[in-house]
Amino acid sequence: MSATAEIIVAVFILIGVFLSLVSSFGVMRLPDAYTRNHAASKSTTLGVMSTLLGTLLFFYFYEGIIHSRILLGIILIFVTAPVAGHIISRAAYNSGVELSERTVQDDLKDTKNIPK
Amino acid sequence: MIEMMLSTALVLFAIAIAIALYRIIRGPSIPDRVVALDMIVVNLISGIAVISVLLKTKAFLEVILILGILAFISTIALSKFIERGVIIERKRNR
Repeated sequence: MSATAEIIVAVFILIGVFLSLVSSFGVMRLPDAYTRNHAASKSTTLGVMSTLLGTLLFFYFYEGIIHSRILLGIILIFVTAPVAGHIISRAAYNSGVELSERTVQDDLKDTKNIPK
Repeated sequence: MIEMMLSTALVLFAIAIAIALYRIIRGPSIPDRVVALDMIVVNLISGIAVISVLLKTKAFLEVILILGILAFISTIALSKFIERGVIIERKRNR
């Protein structure tokens, strides 16, 4: 493994670490359940995809093989993480978690108390 | 040099998990806690990938897939429980 390959792998993994830290600080500091969900679902997804891409490149440079399990993990997280974020945010809205006090508009308010 | 960078990455993932634990303890509503648990699992996946690079082994690669599937299924089940009160519904007319 050459030094250039090591630098490429380390850059991808450090980008992933940076995005995960940014999303965790967003989860700590944002005022609302929905904004925290926004921070957690998007930035963490891109961070873990970048880290897994660095792992895939490491095993490609180290053994000469592209492992299909890491590739399948990247595709799985890219497909399922936004769906999970959407569904948990919809459950929060339907179960009555209040919005932040700085909210200026709530377009879904009319659909909230429809009897089923 | 790359070992030092990977160890730093592991420490920073641990800090991210600790901040998500703060949100689980402090969080005012249940969806906050579910989102933070999902974030913990995703950071754990990244940590396992970094550990498998650090140990130069490919024995941990199934763990990535299985943790991804488990995080998705548990988040769906918990959000369905929050929204409707049941996870697996009964049939109406049988």
